[in-house]
Amino acid sequence: MSAQSKYTGSVFPPDLVTGNPSFGKVTDTICGIVEAKPNFTWLAAWTLAASVLAMLGGMIAYLFWEGTGIWGLNNPVGWGWAIVNFVFWVGIGHAGTLISAILFLFRQKWRTAINRFSEAMTIFAVICALVFPGIHVGRVWAAYWMLPLPNQMGMWPNFRSPLLWDVFAVSTYFTVSLIFWYVGLIPDLATLRDRAKSKFAYYAYGLFAVGWRGANRHWQNYERAYLIFAAIATPLVLSVHSVVSFDFAVSIIPGWHTTIFPPYFVAGAIFSGFAMVNSLAVPCRKIFGLEDYMTVHHIENMNKIICVTGTMVGYAYACEFFIAWYSASPYEAFAFVNRAFGPYAWAYWIMVSCNVITPQLFWFKKIRRSMTWTFILSIFVNIGMWFERFVITSSLHRDFIPSSWDYYSPTIIDILTFVGSFGLFFTLFILFLKFLPAIAIAEIKGVMPHADPHWSGYHQHDEEGEHHG
Amino acid sequence: MAEQKNWGVIAEFENPARLLEAMTKLTDDGYKDVESWSPFPIHGMDDAMKLSGSKVPWFTLTGAISGMSLAAWLQWWTGSVDYPVVIGGKPLFTWEYAVPVFFELTVLLSAICTFISIFVLNKLPMPSHPLDNVPMFRRVTDDAFFLSIESSDPLYDTEKSQTVLAELGGTNITLVEE
Repeated sequence: MSAQSKYTGSVFPPDLVTGNPSFGKVTDTICGIVEAKPNFTWLAAWTLAASVLAMLGGMIAYLFWEGTGIWGLNNPVGWGWAIVNFVFWVGIGHAGTLISAILFLFRQKWRTAINRFSEAMTIFAVICALVFPGIHVGRVWAAYWMLPLPNQMGMWPNFRSPLLWDVFAVSTYFTVSLIFWYVGLIPDLATLRDRAKSKFAYYAYGLFAVGWRGANRHWQNYERAYLIFAAIATPLVLSVHSVVSFDFAVSIIPGWHTTIFPPYFVAGAIFSGFAMVNSLAVPCRKIFGLEDYMTVHHIENMNKIICVTGTMVGYAYACEFFIAWYSASPYEAFAFVNRAFGPYAWAYWIMVSCNVITPQLFWFKKIRRSMTWTFILSIFVNIGMWFERFVITSSLHRDFIPSSWDYYSPTIIDILTFVGSFGLFFTLFILFLKFLPAIAIAEIKGVMPHADPHWSGYHQHDEEGEHHG
Repeated sequence: MAEQKNWGVIAEFENPARLLEAMTKLTDDGYKDVESWSPFPIHGMDDAMKLSGSKVPWFTLTGAISGMSLAAWLQWWTGSVDYPVVIGGKPLFTWEYAVPVFFELTVLLSAICTFISIFVLNKLPMPSHPLDNVPMFRRVTDDAFFLSIESSDPLYDTEKSQTVLAELGGTNITLVEE
């Protein structure tokens, strides 16, 4: 054990929290963000996001009034940006659940700094995703037909349809993510309640903190429940994008009807989700002074995951081409040659450049640890992953009969609706940053060295090299 | 307010290590109605308090079984009994197409029941508690670690229990009124 201290820094992972703050300091830093009066930047950012959200409202109202004819859909391309945006947003959500559930099961303690933040991202991304299937149905007043509700026609949804599986998958995913997020928040809401200066804040946080006081008998059930949530959210997150991919894979369209879709969609979802976490985390840690909690080490870890999943996505692209050739199906082969060299070749090569080529830069440690590079490359990945869904969906434009071939272009309404969904996302996210703790306070205290029951002071650690990591 | 009943006694400890040590000694001495209060779960405290296992998994299991059964019944009954429609000459019900909804509803109800278990087993929401009257107790969600002995414990004695806590290294020892 004395040898251990000698090698600290080279063999052992870096500190999860740098600067060695006390528990009180952790509480003050994280709660301070919530308790401070909203400043000009926050108000400006929120106003901007809310205006974009208002535009989304306008676009949806126009859609309801006029119908889906205002979108760029045409005869072969019956699915357009609505499904592209839906898959894009659902995919982004996956990183949050991966961080909160899968990394928890693997005992990856570095997740504590980013789990709250990314779970919030998950929930808001899934809300954005749910907007699109909700509005694309044409007859929106009949949207409730998606659910198995008793009705005057005595009819039920078709449980053989992957679109119905999708309704179950995404709504379950949303509910479970929300529960998981809220359960994680309870101890931190209690912290905010106990620090509240105004009566309103005391009662508002107190209501949601449900009288949490940190009793160990409560922690015991809480920790067990948290473990179970992680255990059931793990297969859930892998299943959601698999079911989303069934929307495509169960159909008999060349280029869609492939067994590689579920794993390929899941890898892509995690890839895009981590990119989004980094796009949000890099500016946030700077603005709110959270560099000691979301350290460079955390960002680097996420960049490694982006590098791995980006490579997996690249492998999937290659594999699709191989199978298209190996299947000896002329339709399948045509669909892929057309993707790479047809009218939408520009979209295909944007996708490949952003998803396969640029993330390879993360092999370099300097780039992995550079905030500027991380931010730029994460934006590239977000763009690339949106294009991946666009490439898949737009492959409808040349179907079996050449006489019905057409070129699909979005209208300005399509574009503004998509931009508007970012307004929805950021309105919610900016509110979250101001009113809830962006870092799980109780959890981050639990991974600090002085939370260890064997810890008995830094002096001993330094002098004798006593360490029970 | 004529008769104030004594709820118990509470003491503050410097850090999780001291709290765990004190708790181990108390339960070794036979104390049962003791509780540790901390801003985060302390590793090893369940054993130190000699707690039996959590009952949360039973709630999850109940949820899982109900979810699976609901999914099976829903998909079979709607398609085969209430409104049977033959599509493409396929049988009215086969398990293969039902798998995704089996899975989703199992997960959904497991999660909901696990969520409910936190409230039921912990008796939450708990709007008030005798410890709310102790001003220092507000720091329990920040950076303070407390140990309490309740008056319901057979070994409890107002004077002796305070001495015991002091001997174990507790500070700010306070009697708590009901």
